[in-house]
Amino acid sequence: MSELPFDPAAPLRPTGNLRRRRLISHLAEYGATVAAVAAVAVLAIVVYTVVSRGAAAISLDFLFKGEPEGIGPMLLGTAEIVAIGTLIAAPIGILIAVYLTEFAAGGRVDRLVRLTLDLVNGLPSIIIGLFVFGLLVDHHKQSGFAAAVALAIIMLPIVARGAQEVLVLVPGNLREAADALGVSRWRSVLTVILPSATGGIVTATILAVARAAGETAPLILVDSVFSGSEVSLNPFEAVPNIPVKIFRLSEEANPEALTQAWGAGLVLLSFIMFAGFGARALLARSKRRMAG
Amino acid sequence: MSTAASPIPRAPASSRARPRDRRRSLDRFGDATLRAVCLAAALLAVAVLLGVGYQIAHGAGPAISRLGLGFVFDAEWQPNLGTFGARSFLLGTLVSSSFALLIGAPIAIAIGLFLSLLAPKGVRGVISPLVEMLAAIPSVILGFWGLVVLAPFVERSIEPWLHDKLGFIPLFGPPQTTGLSVFTASLILTIMIVPIIASISRDLFLSVPRDVQDGASALGATRWEVIRGVVLPSTASGVVAAALLGLGRALGEAIAVAQVIGAGSKMHLSLFETGDTLAARIANEFPGAITQMHKASLYYLGLILLAIGLAANLTAQWIGRRFDYRQAVSR
Repeated sequence: MSELPFDPAAPLRPTGNLRRRRLISHLAEYGATVAAVAAVAVLAIVVYTVVSRGAAAISLDFLFKGEPEGIGPMLLGTAEIVAIGTLIAAPIGILIAVYLTEFAAGGRVDRLVRLTLDLVNGLPSIIIGLFVFGLLVDHHKQSGFAAAVALAIIMLPIVARGAQEVLVLVPGNLREAADALGVSRWRSVLTVILPSATGGIVTATILAVARAAGETAPLILVDSVFSGSEVSLNPFEAVPNIPVKIFRLSEEANPEALTQAWGAGLVLLSFIMFAGFGARALLARSKRRMAG
Repeated sequence: MSTAASPIPRAPASSRARPRDRRRSLDRFGDATLRAVCLAAALLAVAVLLGVGYQIAHGAGPAISRLGLGFVFDAEWQPNLGTFGARSFLLGTLVSSSFALLIGAPIAIAIGLFLSLLAPKGVRGVISPLVEMLAAIPSVILGFWGLVVLAPFVERSIEPWLHDKLGFIPLFGPPQTTGLSVFTASLILTIMIVPIIASISRDLFLSVPRDVQDGASALGATRWEVIRGVVLPSTASGVVAAALLGLGRALGEAIAVAQVIGAGSKMHLSLFETGDTLAARIANEFPGAITQMHKASLYYLGLILLAIGLAANLTAQWIGRRFDYRQAVSR
């Protein structure tokens, strides 16, 4: 690599080839730094735009009243859909994680299930929308329940992978201690292993909730025909929700609607940011506790 | 230890045996049940995936039987006339996603390098979550931002500049008036995939053993040469897998693209004109589709999208597994 002849008198300042190599190295480092700064800058610009334009819309009326002046029903509706979705996805996801870590680790089924989870995670959300439309909406009608099922499919791999990652971290000696005391498998799973992984499982669930709350594509197909002027929480009818509302408002031309869209976006984004950072903090804490 | 030496008294037969038996059978039952329930949950996930494939193919059935494979290569899409063809959407999807990957992958890998090897620990702790937060912005908000803020900016400054300098390449044709274009959509997709690729490649780079890097440094390699000669080659397959996962994400994004791409169905080479993608067309037209054939054709678009998306993801898994399964696909 280096063709410099040995010369004890050479000055310590790099010259020639070495200088060129140093220069390239520095340029590469600057490039990487600039890339990272650019990513953070884009985040800052988007967040700033949403906050500065959305703040004008935020008022008590906006948060609690229905259309045309507020988004109250949509907020409640989104909360309901996401809650039902979580109730479906979290238990199933946790059970899958338990299966992967406790019963099938390393086997063929294990690989199949993991691959499935990754593929489901990679499914375009519009495809999930088409699936749920064909399953629950076609020949029936749009419903909040269908939306919840679509969100649950989106959340499932996130919960399962997240829970699995913490279950793997549960110290082996806890398991061995339980075994040595003659505790049966199901008891040790339910009373020892799962409780000690609670922090991580909750984190994974929150991350999944944050992802699902803003998901729009499936809802456009299965839960978009609603009036939004008053609260309607019957899950077997279309339930008003925030993402579809933002999508609709963004296609309107009048500035009033745009301001409302920014306002709704601000509410949604603050929830997601809050949930995201909260989940990360929780994860860091529970990992530290588990390691310590 | 001393107690172990004394003979253990036999349990009085009748009084203690029964609860213990009951407990043992309960345990046997509990073990079997838990196992079965967990297995059922895992199989449910597999069933969902198969169900998705079946349902999409089923929905596309009428269109497949009437239009056949020609649908994929037919450029005409006029629902009111009953002619359907996927070519322009397929092309739009491939162009916008690969352009996004072209811009996004180098940036993302650079961010991964910065976060894993170059940044001081404190800086890393701040920037890492911020980059991941970029991935958490809902697509509808990002698309709305693209529509209101990015598109006019792109139309006023970036597109004229590129057209001026590189206009001899047909890709960079004359800018349109709205800023809604394939190019804007690609930029939005870039913003969406950069954090995904960056966080996976950061984890990959962190997994490269420290000693090997130190060895290269000790031989006189500069920081870039360590990266170029040790870190990148040893993680190459994982990085490619990460890029493919990002590509899969870009291919399937519907809402944000629908908001900024302008829903044009003309065939053209210019990045600065409106276009459309498979996913965006479904999101735009499905709620208003009335005729059976229109719906079926949209399902057919979905089927094509599903096939491309699964191909990208499976390839990513396959390449990723050759590196290290758990690291490469953990997100």
